[in-house]
Amino acid sequence: MSAEFLQFLLAGLTAGAIYALVALGFTIIYNASHVINFAQGEFVMIGGMTTVSLAAAGLPLPAAIAAAVLAAAAVGLALEKFAVEPARGASVVTLIIITIGASILLRGLATLVWDKKIHALKPFSGDAPIRIGGATLAPQSLWVLGVTLVIVLLLAWFFNRTLLGKALLATSHNRLAAQLVGINVRRVLLVSFGLSAALGAIAGILTAPITFTSWDVGIMLGLKGFAAAILGGLGSGPGAIVGGLALGIVEAMGAGYVSSAYKDAIAFVVLLAVLFFLPGGLLGRRGAERV
Amino acid sequence: MGALALVLAAAPFAFTNNYHYEIAILVMLNAVTCVGLNLLIGYAGQISLGHAGFFGLGAYGSAILTARYGWPPLAALAAATAGTALVAYVVGRPILRLKGHYLAMATLGMGIIISIILVTEERFTGGPDGMSVPPFAVAGFALAGERAWYAVCAAMLVAAVWLALNLIDSPAGRALRALHGAEIGAQVSGVDAARAKLAVFVLSAVFASVAGSAAAHYAGFITPAKAGFFHSIELVTMVVFGGMASTFGAVAGAAALTLLPQLLTVFKEYEMVMMGAVMMGTMIFMPKGLVPTLAARFAGGGRR
Repeated sequence: MSAEFLQFLLAGLTAGAIYALVALGFTIIYNASHVINFAQGEFVMIGGMTTVSLAAAGLPLPAAIAAAVLAAAAVGLALEKFAVEPARGASVVTLIIITIGASILLRGLATLVWDKKIHALKPFSGDAPIRIGGATLAPQSLWVLGVTLVIVLLLAWFFNRTLLGKALLATSHNRLAAQLVGINVRRVLLVSFGLSAALGAIAGILTAPITFTSWDVGIMLGLKGFAAAILGGLGSGPGAIVGGLALGIVEAMGAGYVSSAYKDAIAFVVLLAVLFFLPGGLLGRRGAERV
Repeated sequence: MGALALVLAAAPFAFTNNYHYEIAILVMLNAVTCVGLNLLIGYAGQISLGHAGFFGLGAYGSAILTARYGWPPLAALAAATAGTALVAYVVGRPILRLKGHYLAMATLGMGIIISIILVTEERFTGGPDGMSVPPFAVAGFALAGERAWYAVCAAMLVAAVWLALNLIDSPAGRALRALHGAEIGAQVSGVDAARAKLAVFVLSAVFASVAGSAAAHYAGFITPAKAGFFHSIELVTMVVFGGMASTFGAVAGAAALTLLPQLLTVFKEYEMVMMGAVMMGTMIFMPKGLVPTLAARFAGGGRR
């Protein structure tokens, strides 16, 4: 394995882990409500921007991060309560437009609360690169990969071992049946939005030192997260993770070996090619376990 | 139909300056695209989040052929339209087998690929800064001035609406509506679902492409933003906002959402917040869209 290849792989895995976190957010909301939440990217933006501004105000980084995740979760709950809940029973396209409206609204609010500049967050633990087999890795990439791994394990535990997690799963399989066995479906919906918002915010905070953050980072990250969720198979948790990592790696390889200008285009071409042969995504619709 | 022609003919009497004409032309070009897109979304029930790509292909097709190769605009228009139709046909065949959110993602991806190509191929397209487009001229007679363009665009819109209304009432239109209701049911009763979907996809792409060509010539300048994801979303929003499966709804939606940003400029920095709030509010309280909701309200009132 050449050093160059390893370098692209590491870059791809780092970006892919972020996409996977965003894709998991899409998946959780989709499973609970069958809504594709196009405002998912804005949670990423809120997470990054809140952390940057609180840290700049002198708050210690861990406190700023916790506050940012909570703030994003609160926005997620509000989105469910005031936009998705009142529109129950509307068609899929109508719901898509509502969440797109929400994302425009949130972006507008971000320009008012903050500004239209690009902000950087300081890396969590310095920026002295680590050398691995001729390739270099920024410490922040380790943070991204490590935190993503921990979150995936936590989510697996949450969905398989806790009552609330099982209630979420049950609702995703059959809403009516879940209601009949006494699950509070409305609360499940709220939880799913809060949880995905928190996941999005964490992704935004983790990537802020690498790719920077600004009022409009949510657009492309949201699209990539959606693409990753579809690539893996919509509604599948493992699919979202596989889809995210695959998308990140394809993008990094495409940028490295083919053309950096066409980086995003290559990712989407691969996505389309996969969908032509596997119309249900990589892990979708073949009895894959749902998260 | 007649009412639309009447409104279009009467509207200029209310215009007091060129700016009014300019906005009206924008509305009509968006409306042409939306009438086509509505055939796909509203009647056939297939979503496209990449239609601005076709708009962009038409616009840049006309722009590049006239500006770089000196083609006569009419020939360029025909070639750009045919080229866009071909792209829609080739891409549509595999894409339209997908359903629901997968189709949404695939069309979105297609639109993004087109816009990235337009941004990157600077030699032909001028890159992110865009390129200028010569005025539209036929046999030495150049189409110039807001009034002339208004007349041409109004004629285009009337033709597009007429075509759409006729199509919807034809056997092909019934096949599309059957498809929307139940694809398997439609197939069982003898509708070639794949062919019908592909045909309406290509047709809607052609509408978008022609509108794109006209917009490029009218503005004299084109940027890749017009082919971007945001414009695609705008187009879908217009269709849903006005009311799906309603041709006049598509026109009304195009008008409302083209005018809205012009009106919201008075809010300055709050413009984006207002835009998002209006989109959410309308869809939450009128999930079926403007025209069908109002029509139902009037019909209900009449009965009581």
